[in-house]
Amino acid sequence: MKFGVVVFPGSNCDEDMVYVLKNILGQQVVKLWHKDHNLQGVDMIVLPGGFSYGDYLRSGAIAKFSPIMNEVTEFAKKGGYVLGVCNGFQILCEAQLLPGTLIHNTSHRFICKNQFIVADNNVSPINASIPLDRVLNIPIAHGEGCYYADVETIKEIEDNAQVLFRYCNPEGHITEDANPNGSVNNIAGVTNIHRNVFGMMPHPERAADEELGNTDGRLIFESLLNHMMANV
Amino acid sequence: MNTALYPPINASTAKELGLLEEEFEKIKELLGREPNFTELCAYSAMWSEHCSYKNSIVWLKTLPKDGPHMLVKAGEENAGLVDIGDGYGCAFKIESHNHPSALEPYQGAATGVGGINRDIFTMGARPIALLNSLRFGEPELERTKWLVKGVVKGIGDYGNAFGIPTVGGETYFDKCYNQNPLVNAFSAGIVKTDRIIRAKAEGVGNPVFIVGASTGKDGIHGASFASKDLTEDSADDIPAVQVGDPFMEKLLLEATMELAETDYVVGMQDMGAAGIICSTSEMSAAGKHGMRIHLDRVPLRQKNMEPWEILLSESQERMLVVVKKGHEDQVKKIYDKWDIHCEQIGEVIEGDRLYFYWHDELIADLPASTLVLGGGAPVYYREFRQAAYYSELLDFDINAVPEPKDLKETARKILSLPNVASKKFIYEQYDSMVGTVNMSTNRPTDAAIVNLKGTNKALAMTVDCNPRFVWADPEIGTMMAVSEAARNIVVSGGIPSAVTNCLNFGNPYNPEVYWQFVGAVKGMGKACETFKTPVTGGNVSFYNQTVLKDRVEPVFPTPTIGMIGIVEDKKHITTIPFKQKGDLIYLVGTVREDINQSQYLVHIHGIEKSPVPQFSLEEEYALQEQLKITIRQGLICSAHDISEGGLWVTLMEKALTSGLGFDITLPAEIRKDAYLFGEGPSRVVVTVKQDDETAFIDSMMLNGVDFDLLGHVTKGSIRIDDEDWGHVEDYRNLYENSLTDILLS
Repeated sequence: MKFGVVVFPGSNCDEDMVYVLKNILGQQVVKLWHKDHNLQGVDMIVLPGGFSYGDYLRSGAIAKFSPIMNEVTEFAKKGGYVLGVCNGFQILCEAQLLPGTLIHNTSHRFICKNQFIVADNNVSPINASIPLDRVLNIPIAHGEGCYYADVETIKEIEDNAQVLFRYCNPEGHITEDANPNGSVNNIAGVTNIHRNVFGMMPHPERAADEELGNTDGRLIFESLLNHMMANV
Repeated sequence: MNTALYPPINASTAKELGLLEEEFEKIKELLGREPNFTELCAYSAMWSEHCSYKNSIVWLKTLPKDGPHMLVKAGEENAGLVDIGDGYGCAFKIESHNHPSALEPYQGAATGVGGINRDIFTMGARPIALLNSLRFGEPELERTKWLVKGVVKGIGDYGNAFGIPTVGGETYFDKCYNQNPLVNAFSAGIVKTDRIIRAKAEGVGNPVFIVGASTGKDGIHGASFASKDLTEDSADDIPAVQVGDPFMEKLLLEATMELAETDYVVGMQDMGAAGIICSTSEMSAAGKHGMRIHLDRVPLRQKNMEPWEILLSESQERMLVVVKKGHEDQVKKIYDKWDIHCEQIGEVIEGDRLYFYWHDELIADLPASTLVLGGGAPVYYREFRQAAYYSELLDFDINAVPEPKDLKETARKILSLPNVASKKFIYEQYDSMVGTVNMSTNRPTDAAIVNLKGTNKALAMTVDCNPRFVWADPEIGTMMAVSEAARNIVVSGGIPSAVTNCLNFGNPYNPEVYWQFVGAVKGMGKACETFKTPVTGGNVSFYNQTVLKDRVEPVFPTPTIGMIGIVEDKKHITTIPFKQKGDLIYLVGTVREDINQSQYLVHIHGIEKSPVPQFSLEEEYALQEQLKITIRQGLICSAHDISEGGLWVTLMEKALTSGLGFDITLPAEIRKDAYLFGEGPSRVVVTVKQDDETAFIDSMMLNGVDFDLLGHVTKGSIRIDDEDWGHVEDYRNLYENSLTDILLS
């Protein structure tokens, strides 16, 4: 599969994402510069984490106006796969490719730590092959990671199984104590109605290298790859 | 330019600018005439303590500078550079931002992180890891809480956005830092050894560019301000604190990395303290050339800036770049890609003069060498005298200290002390994992281990200083700080390579403070020679003190040691947590009945005055050499050294990181409180598989290092001398949340 990792000014997880996709998962990867318009025939676009445009104004708010976002939006509307992690998730919400928004953590502090999450269902490519009782340890690192949407939207995405992952405790229970940022119903990631655009605050690319002692994130990438390979 | 408003040139104006009368006379002598106001400002900034090291350099020169791994000597470049093999070098440095952080903790700390990273990438090295060493006052005070929150948020917001992981650090609380916190930031980066960019200007006619942010009035006289006493009036100096923009720094980094891949660069230097005057004079002096600089061509952020303000501005995220003539357009194209300023402001000329122009009018004419350290900058031998308190410490007698009635309750209290309890509140606000190189996240180690992807090597890094020990004996205490840094690297599986230091002291004109400084430098030199870790650079921060109505209280002498080591094979990495039930627990090193300067003595008994714990450099060296061997034989499952809180805390940290417990027996001949809570150095707790016991003992017999069997690892219960101390989980909340609870209360 060919992946395109978008580089905005201020992206800082782009190299980490490229390393995992290319060196660990053996996929083809190109970097897509934010001023470009050519998607180079990629099968999937990844918006990496970071602080695009310094996250001044509001996280992701300026990045959505980047030239390449026209192509990303068009690609997504045609059913192309798009994954946004952390700042990438914020950008996808700002660009209205995903429902809801991400606001300041309830603690009003940036938080970086290992965090347990669990797949909510198995109906989207990104969580399809992850057992529902398999707790994943995936790092988070954000100041604005509190997922928020109005009551109707939350009901809608929960009814449609658009919630991808939820924060949980080590035993897999979705409790208030296990919620690191105040996200509504512990939501850690969501997809769009067509299940081709995925956003999540936790960083699977930070949990994929055996040398770092945690490879839970690979299950997420492998779920995606399994699905994509099966649909080539 | 409105020179009518400039003050007259005389000794009193010079004094206002922070120059001594003798320094004003020396300037006139060097120039052979009276300086004008702009020129006087230039000397004021360059001859400030911060830039000139005038009160410290004679002692710093005694530190060992050369080692087998060194690529550049101390002070030659913006940061030290160590050869890590395979054609790569590691650039690293630590720097203080104490005074700005005391007034404006958020920006003060943020710009400290920005500045230290520019020192690294200006050499062509991409930063890969950050550490920091922080000192605050009593955590219960509202001022301390404000400072901690501001400093930590400042470091976090800058480092997190810049995208370099903060992989380690230390935080220490004591009332001596109530007014004057210490904020020391460390950065390490990787560079191909054939791509190192030097901080020098050469090649007549080569263009000089200013790149990065626009120049504003922020931070003018920051360098002079950092060289003054902090007083109640210091808040008036707030314009002297700079403002950071990590986004700009990130763009500047990426553009610089692209530029470093080309052959167009002659030299580059970051603009930190003393702005344009510092970078132009230091690069010119280093390259034995001069420059012609047009200050009116500098991109400005605000109107009505006088030329002397442009010359001295400490606006952040700027660099001075000398480029090979004829490649101006290619260089501009790189900076254009990243949407940042790149303006030619002058050119390199023959000779060593700096000519500064304002709309073609020559406004300052200065020989570069007269401004800089090693050139015309003053060098002082300061008077020193043993501090009066020192002899009082020797009166301490352990027999006058009662043993606690309830050892368990005391142990619980110690685990909750601010200097012992988890610093989670602080480190969770830093992105410690970006870059996917932090090998210590899931496998905690005494020194942070940073992966060198695609190789079988890793880097080990640590920052250490127990300032109580240094206060109790500056020379021995600093040896202990170096030893602790080296020990942390060794027990983590690395080999110590080199040191950078941040020397935080009080007023150098106080002979007792200067005695602390001299002792510290002597101790550092001796220890660094022993461990073959040359001192590659760093910085000195004087004037850290609390000014009270009737007296001045210096902070503890705090020579923070930043050390880099190399892990030659990743299988040598040894971690803190217990590994499995039944493993044997050994204490390696000599145990003495010593509670001197321990957290236990100070915070449980309220006794501040005691000597430094007993220490021998030879003993420490033997311990480290022994552990290097035994770790490489694969006989040690886990290792953690003994520091604040003593053996008890070391064992608890091994327990809490693993979820396993321990069952140990204490020797009868040593007081239990001293055995559990004493902070005697040169000791490490290791665990060994039962099957490896004989091989471990054989290995340990080689060098005559003491070692004792303490007990064994349990499933979770804690037993001491056959008494039930509960379960490891009973202590988790206490250890993990005590400090957070204080800071958020």
